[in-house]
Formats: sequence, structure tokens, C-alpha cells
Amino acid sequence: MSLVELKNIRRVYRSAGGVEVQAVKGIDLVIEAGEFVAIMGPSGSGKSTTMNTLGCLDRPTSGSYLLDGQEVARMNRDEWARIRNQKLGFVFQGFNLLARTTALENVELPLLYQGVKSTKERKERALEALASVGLAERSHHVPSQMSGGEQQRVAIARALVTRPVLILADEPTGNLDTKTSDEVMELFESLHQQGQTIVLVTHEPDVALKCRRVILFRDGLIIGDGDPGEVLGTIAKGVIS
Amino acid sequence: MSPILTFRIALKALTANKLRTLLTMLGIIIGVGAVIAMLSIGSGARYMVEQRIQSLGTNAVFIWPGHRRGRNRGADGNEARLTVEDWQALEKLPEVAAAAPIVPTGGEIVYGNANWSCTIYGTTPVYIYQKDWPVASGRLFNDREIQSADNVAVIGEQVRKELFGSADPVGETIRIKNRPYKVIGLMTEMGVSGYGNKDNTVFVPYTTLMKKLQRTEYLRFLSLSAHSREEVKRLEKVAVDFLNQRHNIEDPDNGGFGAFNQAEATEAADKSTAIFTMLLGGIASISLVVGGIGIMNIMLVSVTERTREIGIRMAVGARGRDILAQFLVEAMVLSLLGGAAGILLGSGLARIIASFAGWPPIVSAGSVALAFGTSAGIGIFFGFYPAYAASKLDPIEALRHE
Ligand SMILES: Nc1ncnc2c1ncn2[C@@H]1O[C@H](COP(=O)(O)OP(=O)(O)OP(=O)(O)O)[C@@H](O)[C@H]1O
Ligand SMILES: [Mg+2]
Repeated sequence: MSLVELKNIRRVYRSAGGVEVQAVKGIDLVIEAGEFVAIMGPSGSGKSTTMNTLGCLDRPTSGSYLLDGQEVARMNRDEWARIRNQKLGFVFQGFNLLARTTALENVELPLLYQGVKSTKERKERALEALASVGLAERSHHVPSQMSGGEQQRVAIARALVTRPVLILADEPTGNLDTKTSDEVMELFESLHQQGQTIVLVTHEPDVALKCRRVILFRDGLIIGDGDPGEVLGTIAKGVIS
Repeated sequence: MSPILTFRIALKALTANKLRTLLTMLGIIIGVGAVIAMLSIGSGARYMVEQRIQSLGTNAVFIWPGHRRGRNRGADGNEARLTVEDWQALEKLPEVAAAAPIVPTGGEIVYGNANWSCTIYGTTPVYIYQKDWPVASGRLFNDREIQSADNVAVIGEQVRKELFGSADPVGETIRIKNRPYKVIGLMTEMGVSGYGNKDNTVFVPYTTLMKKLQRTEYLRFLSLSAHSREEVKRLEKVAVDFLNQRHNIEDPDNGGFGAFNQAEATEAADKSTAIFTMLLGGIASISLVVGGIGIMNIMLVSVTERTREIGIRMAVGARGRDILAQFLVEAMVLSLLGGAAGILLGSGLARIIASFAGWPPIVSAGSVALAFGTSAGIGIFFGFYPAYAASKLDPIEALRHE
């Protein structure tokens, strides 16, 4: 059984004017546990839409989504919230930490919604997650006191703290400079080495090269899937320009 | 999710933005404070009115002649006159505990170069006892002085102040209508409470007033007291009937004897101050509602302002109902804390106002419970809509929100 199985996923946006936008036009995608996948493609090609589907944040217009053996595409909002809480971890381009809230409290947040009643347990697990991203000693700092790279590492700790089966990161290095972006990617790599399944979206070939598999999107379809070198090569050759 | 965790989340969200929290609470603080203060003013005013009326003597019945009512109002013609014999006959009735004659007049009091206008009452010490009014120094006039219509006077505090300053007036001689009167007593200060200024009064024996100051054969009023408050009503009727009969009055409403008792006046005054209290309470309640709308307003703004926060919470696993609960608890904590602070503020205000107005600071448990209950209600009522709106947000849109 694969961790993720998308079958013929379509997503049509209907705007107020009645104009239809086909963001994703029927994709099939299988991701095995432990994979480290990069999604690439031009702007508007449906990468974020697919990530939102994977993240149980957006309902596909049609198609099936098996996550960890469960059909989740037709679940209700509350069930999705539970799946997001227990099985998924999100890392966003804009970090999305709660302002004026310490790193520790930010990382504790998913545990609160999980209903972990013991304050001690929440604190210990949050500290452990912060330690694993190398920020244990910054646990009482609030986001405004941290650099972008540090904030993103706190966000990764928050994604990790519930030990999710899948981490989804939509352009996690998009707001970072090269140096901090490398730090964040090293962190993802080490998580991958510990067996964590990670799917990230990126525009940067350097970032994609650090992954084990690259999926290429264009116009709402997958047009390339395989070894990073190979897929990036096809882009470079202009085969699919 | 457990209520404790919901509470934790709400508290953290509130403490993360203390200024916003404080500003939101302000409306409720002021609203509840106003309710408490207003209700306390109402109670204070009521206390004052009761005191005023009781200072006339709760068991007392006032009797006067020439009473006209209804269509007879303003008519003139034959009317009964009150005599010393009437008084003495009434005094013998078993229903009457004590009776005092009253003959008032205005006059100018002269002492040295100073002169001062005040009310002069001709009466007996019984009238002063009925009012529970103590003598500050000296004494009241005795039976012998009344019998012989002596020129003796007991003066009120204000009269003393105007004529003698802070000196002791007892033993001095004042002049009323060019005759010398010996001051034998000084009354304690009553303040401006009661009907009119009691401190601007001089008491002389009724005989002296009738024979020397006014040359009249008639009394103006009688002040009777009943044996108990319960008997006041009966005494009133017995006394009026007795006098009407004695004077062969055919139509008591046209020139007969009239009566007024404090017990009934107290009830009437209670009613009017209760209305006054309700009016104040009503005005204050409006400010409480305004405070509630303030909470709703800020909560609504806060839902928009915190859209991204809500998106983040949803992304990490908050369900709609968790967000709803969080915002409701936030609104309730705001209202209850605001309510508690408002109670403190209101009690403080009540104290300050009471110290200026000279009544006891009455903050009733009822008004505190009312204010607290209302603020909790406001939290739920006005907090619900914003909370509901927040819970229905779409996580993706919320996360995209700037
Ligand atoms: N809420 C929406 N309503 C209407 N159209 C939408 C909505 N969200 C996305 N789209 C459209 O769907 C298409 C795919 O968008 P998507 O965000 O998935 O692109 P993307 O590959 O993530 O692009 P980028 O690299 O710029 O982030 C685009 O044409 C976009 O305009
Ligand atoms: Mg995108």
C-alpha cells in the first residue's frame, strides 16, 4: 500500500463571472512512504492546488485520494481537521507562525488541538521538536525576534511535533536567501534520512536537486516524473518549454 | 476538545495581544461600572428620601384645619379653626401617645448689630421630642415658662451661626419684634435634610407666640404621635373624625380637618425613588448594551484581523467548533473580566458619589449579580456571531489572507 494515491484528480474553479478555470486536469500520482519529492512547474500550473488537495485543505472537483489507506477526498471538514492534525504537517512559504506567541507555544499548538492534556507532555514534545531543528535555546523567543530561516525551522518543528506521515511544504525556501535556504534544505534532508516522507514545491533547481524525485507540472497536468537530474535536464534542454 | 484546553487557547490568544484585549474590555468596564454606580445613586437617593421623611417622625400624624379637597379646592367660607381646647381634648384619647400644638410665624431676630430672618415656631417640647431632635447645649422650655408665656427661645444651629458665630448663645438675649428673649437652648445641627432648613428655626413656647408675637387664639397644626407605626392610619381617622364632630363639620372635605401621616408619605416616596432608580438603571443598561456591541464590533474586526491566525489554527488541526469555542470563550472572558473590573469601578464611583452626596455607599448584591449576569450574557450574545463567522472560514482563503 502506498502512502499517497491520487487517481484522476480534477479541480475546477468557478469564478463569480461564471468563468471556469481548470487548475488541475486529472492527475494520477503515487508517493511511497519515505520518499522525498519536489514538485516543479511554471506559475499557475496547479502545484499549489495539488498540494492543497494532498493537505486536505481543498476538495477536488472529482477523483480519489487515498492517504495511508483511507479515502479522504469525500471526508467532511471535521474529519479533515483530524487528518491534518494527526497525519499531516505543513510548512508554508510565509512561515505562518502565530505572532506574539513564543516558538514553544507555536510548536505546542497542534498538540493542543490533538487534545494532549498534560502540559508537561506538550512542553516536552515541543522542546524535543525544537531541538531537532536546532532551536531548543530559542524556545521562548517570539517570531519577531527571529530571522526568516529560524522562523521556518520553528514552522518545521511545528509540522514535526505530531510525527505526521507526510510533510507538505509549498515553496518553503521561497522567502529565504540562499544560505538560510540551504540550512532549511539540509534539515529536510536529514528528516528524509530518518524516514520522513516529504513533498515540497519549489521553483529553484538547486532545491529540487536535493530531492530524490521531481514531479513536473504544466497546465494542470503532470508532464514529467523521475530522477531530479533527468527531469531538470528535460527542462534545461527546452524539450517542454 | 476539552474545555480546559479551549480555555488555555483562548487565554493565550487574549494575552498575546493585551492592548486589544484591554480596549475590548473597556466598553464593558464602563457599562457595568455605570450600571453599578447608577443603581447605587438610586439606592442612595431612596435612602435620603426615607431619612427625610422619617426625620419628621414615622409615627407622627399632622392635623390642620380648613382642609379642602376635589371640587372644594380653592373655595372659601366658613372653616373650622383649631383651638387649644381641641388639642387638650385630643390628648386624652387613648389612641394618642403624644400631642403638640404648632403655631409658626416668620420673623427677624436681632442680636447686637446683627439681624437674621428665620421661622419661629410656637410649640411645646413634645414636638421636638417627636422629631428625636437633641439639644446641643442649654435646655428646652419647661411647663412653668409655657404657663406664664415667658420670653424664652431655643435656637437652631444656623441662627446661632448667623448671629453669634461660633460663640455659645445660651444665656444671651436676642430681640424678636423689639422684645427681649432669653436664649435658653441651642439645637444640634440637622443639616439641610428634611423639608426646608430646620437649622434656620427658633422655638418659643406656643403661649408666648400666640399672646405676644402673633396675637392669635388659634393653633395652626397639631402634631400627634401614635403608639406604633401600625396604628398611624387609625389614629389619623380617629383624630380627624373626633375634630370634625367636635366642630359639627358637615362636609369634611370642605373646610374640615385634614391629616397627613409619614408612613404613607414614605411609601409614596419609596415608589417614586424606585421609578427614579429604574430610570437610572435603564440609562446605564443602554451603556452596557453599547459596551456589548463594542465587544461584538472588536470581535468582528478581530476575526478579520486574525483571519490568518484562524487559518493557521485550522491547518494544524483546529475544527470549526474549536475556533467557535475559542472565540466564544474569549468573548466571555473579556466580558466577565470587564464585568469584574466594572463592578470595582462602579463601587468606587458609588463611594465617591456617596461621600459627596452624604448618603451611605449602597452597592446591593442584586445590582452586582445583575451586572455580572448581563456581562456574561453579553459575552455569549455578542460574541456568538463573530465566533460563528470565524468558525466558517475556509482554511486556504484564511491562510492566504494578508
Ligand atoms: N481560488 C481560486 N479561484 C480561481 N482560480 C484559482 C484559485 N486558486 C488558483 N486558481 C487558478 O488555478 C490555477 C493553478 O493555480 P495554483 O495556485 O495551483 O498554481 P501554482 O502552480 O501553485 O502557481 P505558483 O507557482 O504561482 O504558485 C491558476 O490558473 C490559478 O489562477
Ligand atoms: Mg503555488
